[in-house]
Amino acid sequence: MLAALSAVFTTVAIVGILLYESYGFFEHVALKDFLTDTVWTPLFENPRYGILPLVSGTLTITGVALMIAIPIGTISAIYLSEFASHKVRETVKPILELLEGVPTIVFGYFALLFITPLLQKIFPGLPTFNMLSPGIVVGIMIIPYIASVSEDAMRAVPMSMREGSYAMGATRFQTAIRVVTPAAISGIVAAYILGISRAIGETMVVAIAAGQQPNLTFNPMESAATITAYIVQVAMGDLPHGSIGYQSIFAAGLVLMLMTLTLNLIGHMTRKKFSERY
Amino acid sequence: MMTTTTPVKAEARNLSFFYNGGNHALKGVNMPLYENKITALIGPSGCGKSTFLRCFNRMHDLYPGNKYEGQIVMHPDNTNILEKSVDPIEVRMRISMVFQKPNPFPKSIYENVAYGLRVRGENNKRMLDDKVEEALKGAALWNEVKDRQQDLAFNLSGGQQQRLCIARALATDPEIMLFDEPTSALDPIATANIEELMSELKNKLTILVVTHNMQQAARVSDYTAYMYLGELMEYGDTDTIFTRPTRKETEDYITGKFG
Ligand SMILES: Nc1ncnc2c1ncn2[C@@H]1O[C@H](COP(=O)(O)OP(=O)(O)OP(=O)(O)O)[C@@H](O)[C@H]1O
Ligand SMILES: [Mg+2]
Repeated sequence: MLAALSAVFTTVAIVGILLYESYGFFEHVALKDFLTDTVWTPLFENPRYGILPLVSGTLTITGVALMIAIPIGTISAIYLSEFASHKVRETVKPILELLEGVPTIVFGYFALLFITPLLQKIFPGLPTFNMLSPGIVVGIMIIPYIASVSEDAMRAVPMSMREGSYAMGATRFQTAIRVVTPAAISGIVAAYILGISRAIGETMVVAIAAGQQPNLTFNPMESAATITAYIVQVAMGDLPHGSIGYQSIFAAGLVLMLMTLTLNLIGHMTRKKFSERY
Repeated sequence: MMTTTTPVKAEARNLSFFYNGGNHALKGVNMPLYENKITALIGPSGCGKSTFLRCFNRMHDLYPGNKYEGQIVMHPDNTNILEKSVDPIEVRMRISMVFQKPNPFPKSIYENVAYGLRVRGENNKRMLDDKVEEALKGAALWNEVKDRQQDLAFNLSGGQQQRLCIARALATDPEIMLFDEPTSALDPIATANIEELMSELKNKLTILVVTHNMQQAARVSDYTAYMYLGELMEYGDTDTIFTRPTRKETEDYITGKFG
């Protein structure tokens, strides 16, 4: 109870501070400029406050991550839930959960020092800082998450439904694809959405491996910054409290919060719909 | 026992079954299923009725460690369907099953009925349309759903869902249909519909039905088997079993003194 209360209190406090500091920011910056300007340089001599470059960086890295995580995560979930023996499942699941706990800074250096050089062998023109490498690594990071949430959804499909399929002469593969997956679809979609919101919120990997140049592009071969990368970059500097640069991280944070909040809401709604069925 | 010339569609010969842990759930059962007849399986809870029924479509193969002994021979081809070399999928194509609780798939009414044909690789729309219509008519559901075949099956009532499951099982033209307490989740009217349907279906195929409802067994079946603790205690035509059972235990169970 106390824990729940303190969680609620903390959340309210965070949202309050975000709103308060963003309010200060928008006293100086027109909302229209914030949403339409194509350059984000709040700390320069002639500051510009267009959030779009950070949003494009965030979306590009998230997109790359999903192209890796959704297929691999879904296939792993189907395999674990419908094909793996009890023993394999009991071995793999804890490993997945362990992977979820690896500090993200480890993944950040993994991207910069291992994946990027590897990619540069394939694409010689690839700059050291680019969005492809952290995108792939963020994808790898959220595979366990997507796999284990989807697997839970598939395991929640009642055995009687599988038996109905087998009784009609279906194979194991047909049962997995044509019956179990559609039956678990809202849980699987919820896993995707929660995975997306994790990718959007991912900070360290991107801050380390994508370069920290806000850049309005959707080309993963270029360097860029994301909302979260900008926030750590600035927060680690020593901007005076109350300055506009300081306030800009709260405005960026507010955008981030709105993005993940929307996704989480959709995720939880689909999930709820799915749990009602059985 | 019976002195009849009705052909036997399938028979269990000295059938024993062991669950994973070694639980000896069926003990040397010998029993015929007569063609185009309904055979009812009765007995107290846990006596092995479902276990016996599920041997006929090799459902137990889905779980590791289960073991069959003895035979289930199908006629006229004399195949022992429990033979390791017989593919359980082949068996399930010939013998379909309706479960205790309606278990439609998360698909449209149409796709539920077409499922068995689709998994056999049938994709011809005309052919599927015809088969689906025929099966829905066979399951006395056509009039209620013909204008909304693309609706989700979950939107049907419980009784309609069970008839949908019967239609699904019918669509592939099985030779035998297994019913495991098909009406235990339904109200009296839906139950009466299903019973009537079973009596019609037996013109086309052979039926084995598990039931806890003595009136139901008496109403719909031609033959009745009484099981107890994994053994077949008594078998005969339904009239005889219900009026002049040879064993005291059978009589006690039927009259409700026991079980
Ligand atoms: N999966 C299983 N593993 C081990 N034992 C089982 C399993 N399923 C059933 N049994 C046991 O096998 C015996 C027969 O069970 P079965 O389900 O065939 O009974 P039933 O006659 O259908 O009962 P009911 O009328 O309650 O449905 C019981 O003792 C039961 O506990
Ligand atoms: Mg049973």
